[in-house]
Amino acid sequence: MGFMGYEIVKLESVCYSYPRNKDHVLYNINLSVKKGEFIVIIGENGSGKTTLCKCLNGIIPHSERGRFRGRVLIDSMDTRSAYLSEIAKKVGIVLEDPESQLFTTTVFNEVAFGPENLNLPVEEIKATVKWVLEAVGLKGLENRSPATLSGGQKQRLALASVLAMKPAVMVLDEPTSQLDPLGTEEFFSIIEELKGRFGMTIIMATHKTDEVLPLADRICVLHRGRILACDKPEIVFSTVDLLEKIKIPVPTCFSLSNYLKDKGGLNINSFATPEEAEEEIRVLLNHQEKY
Amino acid sequence: MREIIKIDSISYSYPEGVQALKDVSLSVNEGEFLGIIGQNGAGKSTLLKCIVGLLKPQKGRILLKGEDLDDFPVSRVALKVGFVLQNPDLQLFSMTVRDEIAFGLSNMGFEREQMETRIKEALEMVGLSGREEEYPLTLSRGERARVVIASVIAMNPDIMILDEPTSGQDYSGSIQIMEIADKLCRDGRTILVVSHNMSLIAEYCRRVVVFRSGKIFLDGSVGEVFSRPDELIKTGIKPPQITRLGNALRDVLPSAETILRVEQLGDLIIEKVNRRR
Repeated sequence: MGFMGYEIVKLESVCYSYPRNKDHVLYNINLSVKKGEFIVIIGENGSGKTTLCKCLNGIIPHSERGRFRGRVLIDSMDTRSAYLSEIAKKVGIVLEDPESQLFTTTVFNEVAFGPENLNLPVEEIKATVKWVLEAVGLKGLENRSPATLSGGQKQRLALASVLAMKPAVMVLDEPTSQLDPLGTEEFFSIIEELKGRFGMTIIMATHKTDEVLPLADRICVLHRGRILACDKPEIVFSTVDLLEKIKIPVPTCFSLSNYLKDKGGLNINSFATPEEAEEEIRVLLNHQEKY
Repeated sequence: MREIIKIDSISYSYPEGVQALKDVSLSVNEGEFLGIIGQNGAGKSTLLKCIVGLLKPQKGRILLKGEDLDDFPVSRVALKVGFVLQNPDLQLFSMTVRDEIAFGLSNMGFEREQMETRIKEALEMVGLSGREEEYPLTLSRGERARVVIASVIAMNPDIMILDEPTSGQDYSGSIQIMEIADKLCRDGRTILVVSHNMSLIAEYCRRVVVFRSGKIFLDGSVGEVFSRPDELIKTGIKPPQITRLGNALRDVLPSAETILRVEQLGDLIIEKVNRRR
């Protein structure tokens, strides 16, 4: 990947525990993300995904009390000493529950809020709102009250309001939990476009491994606050024993290729997407035909 | 099989004027495990609310075990139909798990001892035995959903309706909930599940109804419905990935049945390779 460059996010031995609870929610997290990378974080509920996301934009340690150790560097800026407003220019975050981040009276105002705070000229703000709403498919709803939108539209609006800040790093915490399958697919293709067009760095926590797989550069497996694996999808999803133990579903296509290898003793390449699977299986069956 | 739910050409429009159901008819037999799918806004939740009597269709009627829903109050419907909402937190309001489950039972006039037995049985059913004294909101999302299910099971309804039970749940949480529903179904109860998770629908339901703009668009066995990808795509639905792969490989791997599981397709491939060896 040619556009990938320097290390834009770096976590060094990050530990965190919430107030009044000694248990570590994150323990010794080391992770470095290059500019333009797409990292997918998977793990059971309670494994620390949301807490990790909050560490990336400074909500932890700035707004959440609790014990924080280690360092998080965004573009070489230490989140402990930087102002939240500075971090917000570089890292955008979309939370799982969109309602927790929508607060204005119209869709337009919601998206304009961030750029207004950056003190941008009015014309530029208008132009930004326009393209952002187009990008997420909410064009024409400018004057609607966010409260009257559907769950899926709210999730896209939350994304739009963050996008308007043009952050270098986008953190998404289960951003499609309320979307139907088609909505999920649309949402992921918006993200794919952001990655391709703007070289945006994306870190996404999700349970929808089947859908996100074709987009991910690396899969980061979180379990009880620790990173158990962080590597290319084909490597992570071939460690079936590990995943079964921590109750993470292997994506459909990998689980088929694993099944063919283990049960059938077939010598095939792992496949991640249905297209790859189809090709590989056709080759396998054709190859057999010759004998 | 006895018919337990009969929906006779009902229509429903919301006060703002949106027509959510248009002349919908559906018949469900006792002991069925029915999946209801469709895009956001297709009318799935409206239908469920009509079945439990929370909404009154402007046209048509609904019969539960042959009785017209109009003839009995919502409180009596609650005895026959258990309703589990998408977000468990909307249904939890007591200080302990025990009180949560006891609430419905005390409204039904149960004696203390009978109540304890029912609470115990219900918690056992959902894998939360011994958790009676805990505060529901300190439980994990999966456990909270299971407390809600237990509070519904305790009332021993004939019909159990689950609206998006797996949203916000992780994989093992989703499986646990569907396993509970499956167990209830095998005990003779009728299950209706609304979900966007096609893999779970394929795995657990026997019959699927597809909604599209307020109407029933497809109705059939899981295999029948998921073998029609071209029609499903019009409703914004794609069959599970493994089914799509199975469909795409039909020419080289003919199968009488629709592929619904990884092992099913895997075995077909292995069998074909071995036959040629």
